[in-house]
Amino acid sequence: MQASDKVARQFMEALPHSRALGMVLEKMEDGVAVVSMPYDERFIGDPVTRVIHGGAVSALMDTASGASVMCHPAGSVSTATLDLRIDYMRPATPGQRITARAECYHVTRTVAFVRVTTTDDDASRPVAAATGAFTLERPKGAKA
Amino acid sequence: MSEQPPKRSRPEPVQVVKQRRDAALRGLVDGVPYIQFLGIQFDRRGDELTAVLPFDEKLIGNPILPAIHGGVTAAFLEVTAIIELSWSLMWEDMERNPQDPAAARAFRMPKTIDFTVDYLRSGLPRDAYARARVNRSGRRYASVHVEAWQDNRSRLFAQATGHFLMPLPDDPIDEPAT
Repeated sequence: MQASDKVARQFMEALPHSRALGMVLEKMEDGVAVVSMPYDERFIGDPVTRVIHGGAVSALMDTASGASVMCHPAGSVSTATLDLRIDYMRPATPGQRITARAECYHVTRTVAFVRVTTTDDDASRPVAAATGAFTLERPKGAKA
Repeated sequence: MSEQPPKRSRPEPVQVVKQRRDAALRGLVDGVPYIQFLGIQFDRRGDELTAVLPFDEKLIGNPILPAIHGGVTAAFLEVTAIIELSWSLMWEDMERNPQDPAAARAFRMPKTIDFTVDYLRSGLPRDAYARARVNRSGRRYASVHVEAWQDNRSRLFAQATGHFLMPLPDDPIDEPAT
């Protein structure tokens, strides 16, 4: 892991909301970030089915996406979400941990583009997917 | 939404009407753990709802600015959209049949198909508010737009549009993953 990745990792783990949701950073390297979140009854969105709320899944995907921007070789020092479009393919199975894998697949001087997919134990059938655009802040004095 | 209750010789006392509506809203909101986890409340004026997200440290995403987590913003907007959609259906039901509170208990939540969030400015460490508008509500699908602001109603910090699948009474509880 590069030094900048280490900084980014510490930054990620310092995010109060990600910590409140119990998120764990599994991988953060070269524009790819994997973040997982445990099933927790506090995150239930539908009391009848006990499926976790879409908003919690969105928070996981937003976090993973931001992390993928931070570890992209462009060396962004900060990022913020500009736009996130989320598709919910199926309910996450209650009781199972969910994992989001985000890939920052393209960057311009100021914008990063990200794809992210969330799965539960059955990795062959995604729970949700999203695409997003993020701000990219290059270090001062860096060339584009 | 503008449906009139059946003509009566005397209208119901205002407190009875308010209590029924507030109880229906509480039934909808209090049963969802994630809404409690984020601390979202709903303010009701007639049939109009305003979602309120009181600021809390655990909502922060960027501790340096500090700013509200983009995921919190998305969740807040999605919660507002789903509750507004559920409430608009429940409201019609309630006005049509005020003596049957069972309708509220049997209620099933709409499911999100997709949700697109437009982040306009960073969420500041203050309370946030949101209102949703149901643009189309069909038998099976609905489209809802939602706007969120903090200090000024006209300066939105985020907006979103989502599509939702309306549950039908004969849908299985656990929709089989296809």
